[in-house]
This record gives sequence, C-alpha cells and structure tokens, in this order.
Amino acid sequence: MTRLEARDIRLEIGGKSLCTDLNLALNAGENWAILGANGSGKTTLLHALSGLRVPTEGQVCLDGRDIRSQRPRAVALRRGVLLQESEPGLAADVMQTVLTGRHPHLSPWGWESPADHRMASAALAAVDLKEFAERSLATLSGGERRRVEIAALIAQDAPICLLDEPTNHLDLHYQIKILDLIATRSKRPGHLNVMVLHDVNLAMRFCSHGLLLLANGNHHHGPLDEVLDTRVLEQIYCCPFREIGSSGDRAFLPE
Amino acid sequence: MRRPGVTPFLVVLAPASLLFAIGTGSVHLGWAGLWRALTGNAPALDATIVWTLRLPRAAAAFAVGALLSLSGALLQVLLRNPLADPYVLGISGGAAVAALGSMLLGLGSAWLGLNAFIGSLASMAVVFGLSHMRGPWTQTRLLLTGVVVAAGWGAAISFLLAISPGSDVRGMLFWLIGDLSYANHIGWAYAALAAGLLLSLPLARGLNLYTRGELVAAALGANIGLIRTTVYVLASVMTATAVMLAGSVGFVGLIIPHLLRLLGDSDYRRLIPDSALLGGSFLVICDTLARSAMAPLQLPVGVITALLGVPIFLVLLTRARFP
Repeated sequence: MTRLEARDIRLEIGGKSLCTDLNLALNAGENWAILGANGSGKTTLLHALSGLRVPTEGQVCLDGRDIRSQRPRAVALRRGVLLQESEPGLAADVMQTVLTGRHPHLSPWGWESPADHRMASAALAAVDLKEFAERSLATLSGGERRRVEIAALIAQDAPICLLDEPTNHLDLHYQIKILDLIATRSKRPGHLNVMVLHDVNLAMRFCSHGLLLLANGNHHHGPLDEVLDTRVLEQIYCCPFREIGSSGDRAFLPE
Repeated sequence: MRRPGVTPFLVVLAPASLLFAIGTGSVHLGWAGLWRALTGNAPALDATIVWTLRLPRAAAAFAVGALLSLSGALLQVLLRNPLADPYVLGISGGAAVAALGSMLLGLGSAWLGLNAFIGSLASMAVVFGLSHMRGPWTQTRLLLTGVVVAAGWGAAISFLLAISPGSDVRGMLFWLIGDLSYANHIGWAYAALAAGLLLSLPLARGLNLYTRGELVAAALGANIGLIRTTVYVLASVMTATAVMLAGSVGFVGLIIPHLLRLLGDSDYRRLIPDSALLGGSFLVICDTLARSAMAPLQLPVGVITALLGVPIFLVLLTRARFP
C-alpha cells in the first residue's frame, strides 16, 4: 500500500538543483534510507517529503492527496518528523518535551490524559530514559537529548516517520538500539520509515530500500541490496570502496 | 494530570495586593475603615480616597503589570530568546518619542497617552515592515531590526531631553522610568488584557511546541503563521496600552515570566494566566511602595520594580535547580 508519494519533484536551493524528476512510491512495511554526500539535498528532500517545505516543482502526496492541501494536524496524526538538530529551547523538562508529541491527538482545549502520560512514559522507557522524566532538558547530554526527541516522536505514534540522521550524537550501543526500535515499528500495519543516514552499513542492516542522491541531481532508488554497490558509492562519496561479506551480510568499507 | 503549581497562590496574591494598595497611604484607614469604605458606609472623604484615588491607581497598576509580563512571556517564545522583553522590538522607544514630544508641546495627559499608544504601534509597524521587506522572517532578523530601531529612538529621546526646558525634564524622566501618577484609560487597559488572554490561551499548547523550534512545531501540526502573527500583534497592542498608561515601566516584562519558569511554570497553558496574575500583583505592590516608601515624596514605580525585582530574581536564579 503506497502511503507517501513523490510526484515529479524537483528541488532547488540557492539556484542549485539538488534533485530532479524524482518519482517515488513509499509503501507500508518499508524502511527507506536516503544516502548522499554533504549538500546533496537529503535534508531538503526529507523536509519536502514531510510537507514542511514546498518543492520547487511537483508534489508530495500523503495517502493519495497533496500533503500541502491537508490540515497540518491531520497530517501530524499520520506522519512524524525527527529533525537533524534541535534548537535550544526555553526551560522545559523531559516529560513535558515528550508530551508535545501528543499534541496532534488532543482536542484544541484538551489537556493530556493519563493515557497520554502512559504513552509518553512508555516512549521514555523505550529509549532508556524513564528516570529522567523530571529532569530539565538543559542538564542532559547531547545523546540523551537526542533520545528525548526520539521518545517524543514515538509518543506521537504516527505510522509514517521521517528521520533526519536519527543516530546523531548517539553512541554505538544506542545507534543500534534506536534504529532497531524504529525499524521494528515498520512491521506494524500501515507503518513505514524514511531515514537520512550517513553510515552505509547501518542502512544495509536496518533498511529495505534506498534512495541515493548524486551530486548532479540524479538519483537511484530501489531495494537497497540491488541499488548499492561499490561503483555507485564511489559515485556518491567520491572515494574508493571495498565490499566485504556475501549476500545477506554485505558491508562496504571506504578505502 | 494537572499539578496545581503556583496558580492558587497567585489567585490569592492578586486581591491581597489590591487590598494592600488601597489600605496604604498618608490617610490611615485601618481594616475597619477600609471595610466601611468598600461597603459604602464610610465618611465621604474616606470613600473618595478609596474609590477615586487609590483603587483606580491600583487597578491601573495591576493592568499595566499584567499586560507587560504577558507580552514578555509571548515575545520570549516568539523570538526564542530569553532576554526578550516587551520593549526589545523598539515599542517603548517609539512611544517615548511621541510622549516626550507631546510634553514638549505642552499637550495634556490624555493626549500624551494617546500619542504614546500611536507612537508604539508606529514603531512596531516599522520594525515589522523592515524585517519583512526582503526575504523570509527570521527571529534574528526581527530581533536585530528591533534593537537597531530602538537605538534610533534612543538618540531621538536624548535629543528631546537636551532641547527641553529644565522644568519639563523631571516629568520626562518620570515617564521614561515609568510612573502611574497620571494613569487614565484604565478601561482600555482591561480590554487589551482581556483580548490578550482570550486570544493567546487557545494558542498556549502551540506555544509549548514553539519552544522546541518553529519547524518542530510545524511538524506537530501547529499553525505557525497564525501563532506568529497573533503573538506579534497581541504583544504590541498590550505593550502599547501599558506604555500609554504608565510610561515605559521596565523589568516587569522580562522578569515575571522567568520567575514563573524558575518556579516550575514552563507550560504556556499555565504561564499565560500566571504571568498576568503575578505581573499585575507585583506592579500593584511596587506602585504602593513607590508612593508610600518616601512619602510625601513619590518615586517613579520603575525604580521600585528594579529594586525589588533584581534581588528576588537573583536569589531564585542561584537557588534554582534549572541552569
């Protein structure tokens, strides 16, 4: 079932074309990795797919309708976004930040119910921060803050998640744990993930599909195992690669 | 699950501060006298003191304090800058130039207030227009435009002070520090306060999202354009109204929202009403001290807000568990 769709998308930033003629159908059950060099337009594309940015040309459809024509709250019930970096905010504690994920589910005048609090607590527990609920965000480390944001995304409980470098600031243990947590959610009916990643091997491990952005605005996409090889990686990152392992357990090492 | 927080305390503090204000002054009434005056059984002189002198002034102080701290709370989240206060965008500068100009021309206090109101809205329109002229709105652009326009007004204020006759300068300085002696248009102040509360409360949860960043708020379904425009217009009109009544009373708009945050009020659904209550009560107490501490000499209330506010704030800041 196609839930998110890019139709004839072209993106341009500062007069530079990042991505041209992109047609993409993202289906339930899939985990997509967006790979590309710095400045290739990964974040811009993720924002366009999220409905946070109007593409220069073309449109993004969520469940068959233009995402920009749907009400923001209705969109937020079905798709969640994890941004690349968080901005330092005014004073807030961890629980309050995670509860912001429940916003789209509440009526305009509603307060969070005990059920909302339970979901937020469960999301915090899932990222191992249950004891941090009362702490001020400012007292947390970068990796802990990243996990709080991921907990807010989990509490939002949107079937379609778009994540911009979810492993930012995370140590090796949590890179695996968090990606596993996110990728497992795609097994639920109607769920799918799109994530910008820099680590090709994490993408190989957790993603089923890949969208590879090249510097000239071209792109390849499809099942990750099929589109990824040393030739295309060298094209993307402009450095030689070596492939190790065999099918089902492949890895790429930059030389 | 709502924790009561500091709201119940503030609900008691507000009427208590008003009672303190109308009970304090050169004519001593006592609790019994105060009660008789409020219930209409007092001698004519006492009734006049309470109903036409002290109560209107206390009511004006409450409105001004509430308007300023609510504007401060809203602008701090709009500009995502903890140093933002109601005057950061040059609103008070425009008002001051208009007010001082009116004093120089010898216009009455009613005109003075009206001109201050117009001056502050004009300044707001200039800042808004300039920061939107080219390219999209960013918080930094808006803040920088405001600070630079404010500096321009500052020069104009110095010029007006320099060319004014000595007899006018004292009144001008009182106005610049903030003074409630000539407050009128109290009805308008409460209308602005009611509008501010009624229009900002529905946005409160959106403002909570906004503290995480504009893009996060948009991703969670908040209407960013509506929040930005509403907050900007509300904060401007509320500040302009406060300035119209009392000149540029400093400090309240900066300190009260932070004080509440330090006391654990970071949810805007609480911060909005609590700011109004605490800001109002705080200014009523400050104004009562301003007119009674060195009686018969009257101090501008802006002196007291800083004298009281600075130590309270610093103590809380050093004792708070939040950095």
